[in-house]
Amino acid sequence: MRLYRALVTAAGLMCAAFGAAHAAQTNVAVAANFTEAAKEIAAAFRQKTGHEAVLSFGASGQFYTQITQGAPFQVLLSADGARPKKLVEDGLAVPDSRFTYAIGKLVLWSKSPGVVKGVETLRAASFAKLSICNPGAAPYGAAAVETMRALNLYETLQPKLVEGATITQAYQFVETGNAEVGFVALSQLRGSDAGSRWIVPQDLYSPIRQDAVLLKGGAGNEAASAFIGFLRGPESRSIIEKYGYMLDGQS
Amino acid sequence: MNVWSAEIWQAVALTLELAAVTTATLLVIGTPLAWWLARGKGWWTEIIATVVALPLVLPPTVLGFYLLVLLGPDGPGGWIASLWGRRTLAFTFEGLIIGSVIYSMPFVVQPIRNAFTAMGERPLEVAATLRASPWHAFWTVAVPLARPGFLTGAVLGFAHTVGEFGLVLMIGGNIPGRTKVLSVAIFDYVEASRWREASLLAGGMVIFAFAVILTMTLIDRRSARTAS
Repeated sequence: MRLYRALVTAAGLMCAAFGAAHAAQTNVAVAANFTEAAKEIAAAFRQKTGHEAVLSFGASGQFYTQITQGAPFQVLLSADGARPKKLVEDGLAVPDSRFTYAIGKLVLWSKSPGVVKGVETLRAASFAKLSICNPGAAPYGAAAVETMRALNLYETLQPKLVEGATITQAYQFVETGNAEVGFVALSQLRGSDAGSRWIVPQDLYSPIRQDAVLLKGGAGNEAASAFIGFLRGPESRSIIEKYGYMLDGQS
Repeated sequence: MNVWSAEIWQAVALTLELAAVTTATLLVIGTPLAWWLARGKGWWTEIIATVVALPLVLPPTVLGFYLLVLLGPDGPGGWIASLWGRRTLAFTFEGLIIGSVIYSMPFVVQPIRNAFTAMGERPLEVAATLRASPWHAFWTVAVPLARPGFLTGAVLGFAHTVGEFGLVLMIGGNIPGRTKVLSVAIFDYVEASRWREASLLAGGMVIFAFAVILTMTLIDRRSARTAS
């Protein structure tokens, strides 16, 4: 009897071990603005497929440089379309895997209510510091500069700009009160009505088309392909929309 | 295209200015501190010495995080800034000096303290029997004897400030001419895939670091020879 129970237990353990071996892991580089949404998607992904997506967050430009130097990522969720495209051209990504998973929204935000009222807040410029993220490395930074140029305010606002290395840092500068206002991603403000905000009209900057791409290192990885597939699926799409992004094909 | 753009010169000049001001400040406040630490006997002396040494071990992100909050409008830095009609000390050259002074302090205080300790009580006792006032003895006996310690401290403090990165990245805001120092400029160039500029500056830093360490070794050797 005892032997029988031991055998059943052993068989059970073997099944469990087999199941675990079947679940794979993939390393995903995620643009900082997509941090919260990506965490939720990764959790849903694991629940559904058993695969694990290990997420790294940073600036898209930083990831691009790292990937060209052989960084061990299998999937890139960029904040722009240019870098995934370049990776395909460089032969570092799988060509037909590239697609727009989200379209980002730029917001002018302040921690205090009543500070940001609209475009007139930028015109009046009655603040000491305006935080943005590095326009050379992060698309939301480039979009912020484009917006200020479109409004003919870049020259006047430039002395007040402070730069974070990523959109997360630009957000932190406002959050800690060191900058009164900042251009951040709408997705970062999700779940909070605190402070005051102005959603920048789309005609002031080119759409922030955020592309995902399967990297060459992930071509044979089951979890990596599954993650890209899951990102296109309805569960992911509803999470992405919930975080304030638009989806491709909508406008 | 000329890579030696105004942008690069600006970053170089700013970095040297920050390092020079930080080193001068550290010599002024570090000398009495090192003196006190070298001659103190109580257990609290080691407590203070440990606090001074903390930046050796702490990641720059810890200091960066605290400073971002402390320099901001809700912290003491914001209160000081308000005296000049500003909201925050973050994103300013003054803010970087505060950060660098804390960050580089052990590199200046430690060598000076060691030099004072190595000197012992004897030279000052002799000076006292010759009726030198303690103040006079400090300047004419202790400081000249501790000269190698001052040199080492100044060189290390300067070099360490030049090599500072994480702290500046977190509290600087990357403003050209005010907070965009060399290390941050290099980071920027790498992120923007401008590798020509990046490699130029990075190469310059390697040569600078080499020169610093070589200088240090030569100072050590010379002081060893004078001592023997």
